Amino acid sequence: MAEEVVQETWMAVLEGLDGFEERASFKTWLYRILANRARSRAVREGRSVPFSALADAGPEERVDPERFDAAGRWRDPPVGWTDQTPERLALEAETRRVMEVAVAALPATQRAVLVLRDEEGLETDEICNLLGLTVTNQRVLLHRARTRVRQALEAYMRGGRPC
Amino acid sequence: MLTCKELTELVTDYAEGNLSFVDRLRFRVHIGMCRDCRRYVRQVKATAAALGALPVPELSPDLEQELLRRFDDWKQTRRS
Repeated sequence: MAEEVVQETWMAVLEGLDGFEERASFKTWLYRILANRARSRAVREGRSVPFSALADAGPEERVDPERFDAAGRWRDPPVGWTDQTPERLALEAETRRVMEVAVAALPATQRAVLVLRDEEGLETDEICNLLGLTVTNQRVLLHRARTRVRQALEAYMRGGRPC
Repeated sequence: MLTCKELTELVTDYAEGNLSFVDRLRFRVHIGMCRDCRRYVRQVKATAAALGALPVPELSPDLEQELLRRFDDWKQTRRS
């Protein structure tokens, strides 16, 4: 399905190029087409994803409460891996894989928000428009997604199995 | 005063610039005094930045061929 959406988007982009005015960035325009194609195909195939669905935070979407004492102070503080620059994290095969696996395992809406914000660098209001989310929902989803990916990196740095 | 636990729930809003002036101040005061939370905030920011630095996934060769073929078709129709 993803490949077909890419093909449809490609065609729509080619056909629409003449009409593209630089009112929006090219990227925003492209994503709008892509999101529309994906949505209409999902509807056609009866696989519509309720983008507004916000389940309660799962256990991995916040720092484990066990890591704090009764007063809310760290009992089990984060291990150090801050000497790793973002570039190194992204380019070293192992940490890159940890991140990719963690992103792939995110619930669909969290993944969409995280990819558009952190990987593609879209602005918050563009993301809300594309996905039909309120600003509040977008913030919560981004927060949960980043929390999970950081957690996966930490688990790896601690020598645990990449999860 | 903000606890460490509360801070970990505010870190994205802090990094995204969504906190009110007062909350931002409370956040800064806390990380000014707490090494562990400073580390936590740096890690969340590094994670977000690292996601932005991930290499772009490659297209499958089949899909790439298909897109190129459609591009050629499109060029033809514009010439005529």
